[in-house]
Amino acid sequence: MAIDALTLTDIDAYYGDSHVLHRVSLTLKQGELLALLGRNGAGKSTTLATVMGWLKPRPGRISVFGEQIGGLSPEAIVAKGVALVPQGRRIFPSLSVRENLIVAARGKGRWDMERVFDTFPRLRERKSQAAGSLSGGEQQMLAIGRALMSNPRVLMMDEPSEGLAPQIVAEVGRIIAGLREEGLSILLVEQNLDLAMSLANDVVILNTGRVAAFGNAADIARNQDVIDQNLGVF
Amino acid sequence: MQFWIIQTLNSLAMGGLLFLLSAGFSLIFGLMRIPNLAHGGLFMLGAYVGAMCMQWGVPFWLAAIAAGLAVGALGTVLEGGLLRRMAGNEQGQVLITLGISFIIADLCLLTWGGDPVPLDAPRMLRPPVFLAGFAFPGYRLAVLAFALIVALGLWLLLERTRLGAMIRAGVDDRLMARSVGIRVSRLFSAVFFLGAFLAGLGGVIGGPILSAYPGLDTDMLPLALVVVILGGVGSLPGALVGSFLVGIIYNFGTALFPDFAYVILFLPMVVMLVVKPSGLFGRVTR
Repeated sequence: MAIDALTLTDIDAYYGDSHVLHRVSLTLKQGELLALLGRNGAGKSTTLATVMGWLKPRPGRISVFGEQIGGLSPEAIVAKGVALVPQGRRIFPSLSVRENLIVAARGKGRWDMERVFDTFPRLRERKSQAAGSLSGGEQQMLAIGRALMSNPRVLMMDEPSEGLAPQIVAEVGRIIAGLREEGLSILLVEQNLDLAMSLANDVVILNTGRVAAFGNAADIARNQDVIDQNLGVF
Repeated sequence: MQFWIIQTLNSLAMGGLLFLLSAGFSLIFGLMRIPNLAHGGLFMLGAYVGAMCMQWGVPFWLAAIAAGLAVGALGTVLEGGLLRRMAGNEQGQVLITLGISFIIADLCLLTWGGDPVPLDAPRMLRPPVFLAGFAFPGYRLAVLAFALIVALGLWLLLERTRLGAMIRAGVDDRLMARSVGIRVSRLFSAVFFLGAFLAGLGGVIGGPILSAYPGLDTDMLPLALVVVILGGVGSLPGALVGSFLVGIIYNFGTALFPDFAYVILFLPMVVMLVVKPSGLFGRVTR
């Protein structure tokens, strides 16, 4: 039996006194894509922040390929093979495109700058440009490329389609599908339900910081009640 | 005419000195978000240590490097021993650095007394240099040249190396930098060492112009603050331009309007804070 890529067990998380995650558990299987869905404020980004070490899980356990990472610093969690494409992209605006990639380079593996440039030819054209001057779509590609430069085993992406034109959303979708085909394990947070369902193996739906539903993507997609209750707009 | 040329040169030499002082201050401020109020004290300590070395017969430039290393080492101890333990408590860090500056000042007074300690310029730089019919103090030209060389070296380090890019990533977005695997706290220590080294070095380089005296620290620190606010926190070009601006404003201000020297110095700072709080070259940081 393959070891799971990422496992959260009974995670609670707080922003100050505010209790944001309640006993969240989820499992990302090796080489698969798990979509984490939910309305704004459901706790999706908080879940990623907790995995990345931005928030301390208390209690609860987080493991990557069987290794405990709960309570480690973000630097140490990156070293365990986790990479994040954060919400809002958070590229380093004053660094050039090239520099954004080299500061994140780590380990030997499939990904280096040449491969990122081959995957995102637009970035090669702009490699000396300040990253802050890129368009939103280009910044998103840079954020994805930067995460890949660390040769991660687990890639977490927080709303990679946010604010992008439909063509670019489709391109980002193709790239994510390609990464999954390569065997990368991906935890994807998305508001774009169609995109998420087209890519996901499994789905976890959060509602107000609790796991409201989970299962196979095809089963969840058929269950209109679950979708309406947890994802619909009132 | 002579007045303007000499004052301009003095301004530029002072700008060079201020750059040595404020480059480290700005980097530390930019990366660690703490105004290191002990930075003036480190500058003064460097001047005293350099003077002491020279009394033992150490040549000027070696004394400058020795003082830089000693002050850099002290900075590293302070950062690792005190400031890092208070990570996130910015107010506490500010108060700690203020306390350290008092301790440094008193220890200097205790060790070297209240009289100014002169530092001699290297012999070969003492004769005046004649340019276009005017006699310039050779040492001030040398200070300007040295500051520009340091500026170039720092620029290459920050803009042309992976380490420099990592430091700038930490200035841009500290949490995200950590989340791509950059060990920001180690970079903090390195930058703190570098900043303290430059302050100590600058104290010796400035010695032949300023000498070492009690109060040198509190004379220099506000200038560094003005430089950083005008130029922009964490920006090397900002520190360079800000240093020369302050050098010019301060020199001409005290020469032309001695009664208003501080007004002339701090008014641009106030205007900058109102109009563009991030400074001329400042980055908008998270």
